[in-house]
Amino acid sequence: MVDLSVDFVGIKSPNPFWLASAPPTDKAYNVIRAFKAGWGGVVWKTLGEDPPVVNVSGPRYGAIHASDRRVIGFNNIELITDRPLEVNLQEIKQVKRDWKDRAMIVSLMVPCEERNWAAILKRVEETEADGVELNFGCPHGMSERGMGAAVGQVPEYVEMVARWCKQHTRMPVIVKLTPNVGDIRKPAEAAKRGGADAVSLINTVNSIMGVDLDAMSPWPHTEGKGTHGGMCGAAVKPIALNMVAEIARSEATRGLPISGIGGIETWKDAAEFMALGAGTVQVCTAAMVYGFKIVEEMKSGLARFMEDKGYSRVSDFVGKAVPNVTDWQHLNLDYVVKAEIDQDLCIKCGRCHIACEDTSHQAITKEKDGARHFEVIEEECVGCNLCAVVCPVENCITLSPLPKGAVDPRTGTPVGGTRTWKEHPNNPMAKNPRPALTAAE
Amino acid sequence: MDIKAGRLSADQLRANFCDLAPAMAPNEARVAAERCLFCHDAPCVTACPTTIDIPLFIRQIAAHNPIGAAETILSANIMGAMCARVCPTENLCEGACVREVSEGKAVEIGRLQRHATDAAYGAGKQFFRAGPATGKRIAVVGAGPAGLSCAHRLAVLGHAVTLYEAREKAGGLNEYGIAAYKASDSIAAREVEYILAVGGISVVHGKRLGRDFRLADLERDFDAVFLGMGLGGTNTLGLGDEPEGVMDAVEYIARLRQAKALSDLPIGRKVVVIGGGMTAIDIAVQAKKLGAEEVTIAYRRGRKAMPASDYEQEVAQIAGVTIREYQRPKTLLAAGGKLAGVELEYVTEREGKLVPSGETTMLACDQLFKAIGQTLLPEDFGGEGGLQMKSGKILVDSARRTSRPKVFAGGDCVFGGQDLTVSAVEDGKMAAQAIDSMLKAAKAA
Repeated sequence: MVDLSVDFVGIKSPNPFWLASAPPTDKAYNVIRAFKAGWGGVVWKTLGEDPPVVNVSGPRYGAIHASDRRVIGFNNIELITDRPLEVNLQEIKQVKRDWKDRAMIVSLMVPCEERNWAAILKRVEETEADGVELNFGCPHGMSERGMGAAVGQVPEYVEMVARWCKQHTRMPVIVKLTPNVGDIRKPAEAAKRGGADAVSLINTVNSIMGVDLDAMSPWPHTEGKGTHGGMCGAAVKPIALNMVAEIARSEATRGLPISGIGGIETWKDAAEFMALGAGTVQVCTAAMVYGFKIVEEMKSGLARFMEDKGYSRVSDFVGKAVPNVTDWQHLNLDYVVKAEIDQDLCIKCGRCHIACEDTSHQAITKEKDGARHFEVIEEECVGCNLCAVVCPVENCITLSPLPKGAVDPRTGTPVGGTRTWKEHPNNPMAKNPRPALTAAE
Repeated sequence: MDIKAGRLSADQLRANFCDLAPAMAPNEARVAAERCLFCHDAPCVTACPTTIDIPLFIRQIAAHNPIGAAETILSANIMGAMCARVCPTENLCEGACVREVSEGKAVEIGRLQRHATDAAYGAGKQFFRAGPATGKRIAVVGAGPAGLSCAHRLAVLGHAVTLYEAREKAGGLNEYGIAAYKASDSIAAREVEYILAVGGISVVHGKRLGRDFRLADLERDFDAVFLGMGLGGTNTLGLGDEPEGVMDAVEYIARLRQAKALSDLPIGRKVVVIGGGMTAIDIAVQAKKLGAEEVTIAYRRGRKAMPASDYEQEVAQIAGVTIREYQRPKTLLAAGGKLAGVELEYVTEREGKLVPSGETTMLACDQLFKAIGQTLLPEDFGGEGGLQMKSGKILVDSARRTSRPKVFAGGDCVFGGQDLTVSAVEDGKMAAQAIDSMLKAAKAA
């Protein structure tokens, strides 16, 4: 039996699946439903100062759909909570009292003054919430008022506000990072310097989801005018994974607890974030698309995965993939893979052929003895993976390494060396260039 | 004998004869279109006699451009609207679809084609117009799929076309022969209208080759001739005098298609159909839909050998038609000159030959439809010599040229055809291209 419970910077929750600060956590009604459904914790939708903000009454959400209208990208122009502060605080207090085993984190965003932060922290403490998350990420509406991303994009501000917060509360402080920066490590380092207990990322990505070609306006729009929103959902997951990995492996931030966010829909997505160092994960889009029940699949899938791999608790595999994230220059240039097409699985659509023929290395045949037949020409194949990516049949095209000692028919060079770019003779900066192995070696 | 009209109410008939494969809702079309893999050198295109660029038109549908999709379709096959409804897609494009191979569920190419062509027809979008006049005149005999396709392509190429049609309406088997539930909403007539709207085609109705004019007249008066008159005769059972109640399926379907009210059509209580092709299926299913209680198809060979596809056979079975294999009619039983039943002889197949087993069975019936194939009658082309024939049909080369200079032919009347609307369309299109090349070459010389 595996144990899914986590202790994240002192915040305990029965499983690592939290709902991110967003519409699903805006009020007691939703949060109670989430807890009933089995979520381990919530980050309550961002509180601000009264009077509450006002949302547009035009559309707030847009999306990119894949086949069959699956939502793969989602964006919003909603602001922080538009309910009075006191109402939210009372509800938070009541819900935490009724659901003691669940994590209750409160997201906050107030003007960049120490007294404003001190004041709201004091009130949140009274709710007995488990921690706070500083919203330095919101890319629209709030940033124009000097909050949200306007803070998150300036490392000095991140550090300053984090420090204030640590000074004014006993609660753990999580800093939520915006991805709309050049180098995600900088604000993460700033948060750490400021004393933050953890970072959570990513917040949403600046985005225009589409253009209404009739109205000649961004889509969706309010009375013909549109604005950029923040994008999330499956499409941002790769961006988020990279940013999580960068923080996890960077010397300056190594070991800083991370709550992973960005396009998590299934246990597998969650496990990937965790393998790259996230101690908990936060979900919003998938819940908004499918409802709270998805957490059942996540818990079951993660437990099964851990059981299969022999991990008894979540911490057994958190960060386990981090040592294998490296820079391009450390990749072995003498390691050679070739694509192989499983003829029994091949449905003869020809996508691999045309992709390779038109846009890559002309390494896949289209016929054999006059019949439609797709086969890799090893003499031309560079092992780029394009064919496997475009193949509609899973596992039909695989890439296998040539065995040590074999000769790559494309280059005529023996396989099995260990040269990286740093040792390659083509690198003018190489300190100790090494020639390729010879057949004898 | 119990044959009478109006077995079912008008409401029941309307429900029975609604579209076999209804139009797709926009969302359905989009989901279906997104299943297409956009194959390279796609097998579906190879399998289409008119080589419609199927992956392209489906991608156009997926990209919210059904009108563009229709242009892709109609440029290759001007009868794309009817072909979408009547093609045995399970044997053609959909049978070749890689998704059929991998999942047993092809992309619904036929219905997507209908979706696109419906969109263009609905929007009144005309993609073609007669080209600049070349001064050449061409006679086309028969306004069926082959003749209309040929005439249309010739008009687009700038030639003046005179289209002779013996019947009252143009369309050929699309108008007179296809099962009603595959061509609802007068689509055959609307398609003819669309084709003729190109301009440059004058249609002469009620004139029949061999009766009202001779092939030699056309050769004399026109720069080229295209023969696409189909098959005028039907095969006979060869069982002697036929009692009342024995009918020709092709003739009956033509009557059905032209009927003002389906309730006017007399149909038997017990119906037998002899044959195994599309016509046999069409008449059997329609007999059932008209209110016949028992409909039985008797086919002399095994079901696998039936020209009607598996899908067509399934359509018949779902309609409640019984299919008997290896049985052929031996005697027509009559009472007072009226059909009372049929004696069917069991046969076996030995080395491809049918051999009577010696056993027979009786099947009582009020009405028996012959659906055993059509033939080309010599009078269909004026009985004139000089046209080289093969197996009773006109012999043409790959450019659809007959043995006579200036005379081309296509559709059901030529040897080696597939008896499909789509192959007739291709014949007409290829012949038009060949005629155009011939005339241009003559001009250059």
